[in-house]
Amino acid sequence: MDSARPKPRRHTLVVLVEDHPGVLNRVVSLLRRRSFNIHTITVGASEQPGISRMTLVVEGDAQDVEQAGKQLYKLMEVLKVTDITDTNSISHELVLVKVATKTQNRQEVMLAGQIYDAKFVDATPSSLIMEVTGSPERIDSFLNMVKPYGIRELVRTGPVAMSRGGGTVQIRDGRIERANGVAAAAD
Amino acid sequence: MAVAQSRELLTRRPRRSEQRQLRTVAELEGVRMTGAQITCAALEAEGADLVFGYPGGAVIPLYDAIPSSNLHHVLVRFEQWAALAADGYARATGKVGVCIATSGPGATNLVTGLANSQLDSVPVVAITGQVGQALIGRDAFQETDITGITLPITKHNYLVQSADEIAPTIKEAFYLARSGRPGPVLVDIPKNVFQESAKFHMPGEINRRGYQPSLLPNTRQIRLAGEMINAAKKPLIMAGHGIMISGAGQEFERFVERTGIPVIFTLLGQGSFPESHRLSLGLMGMHGHREVNMALKECDLLVNIGARFDDRATGKVSTFAPNARVVHCDIDPAEIGKNVTTDVPVVGDAREVLKLLLGEVNERDHSDWLAWILAQKDVALRAALNDRPDWPEPYTIIKEIARVTNGEAIYCTDVGQHQMWAAQHLGLDHPRRWLTSGGLGTMGYGLPAAVGAKMGMPESEVWTIIGDGGFQMSSNELATCVQEQLDINIAVINNGYLGMVRQWQDLFHQKNYSEVEILGPDFIKLAEAYGATGIRVTRDDEIVPAIERARSIPGPVLIEFVVEPEANVWPIVPPGASNSDMMLNRGEE
Repeated sequence: MDSARPKPRRHTLVVLVEDHPGVLNRVVSLLRRRSFNIHTITVGASEQPGISRMTLVVEGDAQDVEQAGKQLYKLMEVLKVTDITDTNSISHELVLVKVATKTQNRQEVMLAGQIYDAKFVDATPSSLIMEVTGSPERIDSFLNMVKPYGIRELVRTGPVAMSRGGGTVQIRDGRIERANGVAAAAD
Repeated sequence: MAVAQSRELLTRRPRRSEQRQLRTVAELEGVRMTGAQITCAALEAEGADLVFGYPGGAVIPLYDAIPSSNLHHVLVRFEQWAALAADGYARATGKVGVCIATSGPGATNLVTGLANSQLDSVPVVAITGQVGQALIGRDAFQETDITGITLPITKHNYLVQSADEIAPTIKEAFYLARSGRPGPVLVDIPKNVFQESAKFHMPGEINRRGYQPSLLPNTRQIRLAGEMINAAKKPLIMAGHGIMISGAGQEFERFVERTGIPVIFTLLGQGSFPESHRLSLGLMGMHGHREVNMALKECDLLVNIGARFDDRATGKVSTFAPNARVVHCDIDPAEIGKNVTTDVPVVGDAREVLKLLLGEVNERDHSDWLAWILAQKDVALRAALNDRPDWPEPYTIIKEIARVTNGEAIYCTDVGQHQMWAAQHLGLDHPRRWLTSGGLGTMGYGLPAAVGAKMGMPESEVWTIIGDGGFQMSSNELATCVQEQLDINIAVINNGYLGMVRQWQDLFHQKNYSEVEILGPDFIKLAEAYGATGIRVTRDDEIVPAIERARSIPGPVLIEFVVEPEANVWPIVPPGASNSDMMLNRGEE
């Protein structure tokens, strides 16, 4: 719209939703039809029964992301949207990577893995499966490290994220309660 | 069967809602019933007396229960008209409209109607049949994933899994449809769920933790808005649909009187405040009046109450109200900043917002500013409109319909040139008497909307103004009008073209009239074939007698006005242009 708008970048949104059938479809369909670019999405249980937690990484400027959040709130199942991009938070993902190995270079590959605290979850004479968790950036550099040996197969989960410190976002009796002001990031 | 005889038979059909014996929710509580009976009872409990629908395989069990319910079912001739009639009913009455369709094609035929209600924030509940649960996902006969299909065009939707879920789901559907920013809600019920039985139970109150509409505005924002309004020298109020939806007519009138600020209207905002008021300026945007769009260019403050800055209202956004600070009041937080950058957002129900704003604003007089605006009127166009040629001229037809009916009727329109002529010249003074498809621009809306309006407001005079193109989309609804003996007056503005597209081709595509010449039937014979009355008008002096005659004849009356084929709507803002760069006439500005 105007040149004063901030540049697009990746934002990490934590979205608490009702654990109902079809919720993921509603969230994804909404972001698609409003032209928001989803980079990754993960969904799973939260600490609260009946509430699932999604971690969404979307591409956009601050205004886009604010719009995305407001649009998400229009879904009946969406309880809380928090943009934790600029908060002190942890964002981790997991990668499973199958690397081609030979007897001559297996040690070398394993050494590369050890730098990144890889778990060696499977090995055959010709391959090695490693599991690494960490920030997306850390995973990127790990993959760069093993790429020369030949990546046969690769799967990344996309990040899940959580704010540091004691603050939480909880939903009790239909009311959204905030502790330590963590949710203020979204307001 | 002869037409006269069929009319005779049909007039004997009693309207079920007139002999209602309402069973109270308390009486029904705990009573074992079929899912179909529960559906009817739950609809009644939510205040539905009329439903618009069309039967089919998956809803046969539901239709089995309708005759013994208190619901009056209006049999439409195409499911889309059921959705649009429910839309028209809801706009005219302020209540939730209900439509029913079977699974598969029945349900998909509702889609356009539901999208129409979604874009215009109209409360509608659609009940669709679904194939039996055992068949879902197997591409069964007449199976479609209607909850998937309608996800983006409903406020919410449900696939009911058991008969005991029906009543709570319908209650919640009505609550969602009419609360906050209203919209359509679809309830999909598998055939076997209609057939199984359960004990009737209606929950007392709906409480969804993920749905808490923001009704009360932030007082700090109200104060900021008030300060800005008090300081403005050339303020303008943009009145939207939200004023009518929240029933804020009185508060709005007090607000306008006190602040002395001139009012402009979005297409759907029309009727929320009398257009005959000295501070009313009329329609804004693509076919807005010249003075209105010039005022937008000049104003230093724009107070938008209950409108969403639709692109047909704003024109080119980057040059929209270029000198103005913007106060945007909307019940939907997602509308703030979506299209136009806002200086003071006020999130809340228009009525609550206005009540609080009234305590902040000073009594002002902006007559110099108003005089400047009125001086921007397009004098040449206004003079041309008063010049009456021998043939019926669209502006004259609209003005005479308004004059003869004292502006008191419910006026529906279809979509296209006639809609814009009507919006510019009906002079709308009352809420809920202007039914037009704004956001979606649904051709075919005019007749079903009138059916819904007349069914809901039987005492009101109902006119529907339709182009010859749009009328040919929903003309089969004449059968419904006759079957229900609806006193609807249908003004078909016949120019033999899909006029609005032709106008664009004329002005912006070098007169390349591609596929806009549209042959029609003999409209008079068509009306008569259905058992309605037809009147043809080909001369200016026939306009008023025809309007008067139509009013005196019971049942549906169609007047065909044969107008100049290439009349255009003026002014027009070319697509993508700023509102102030409107074309006033061929080759000007």
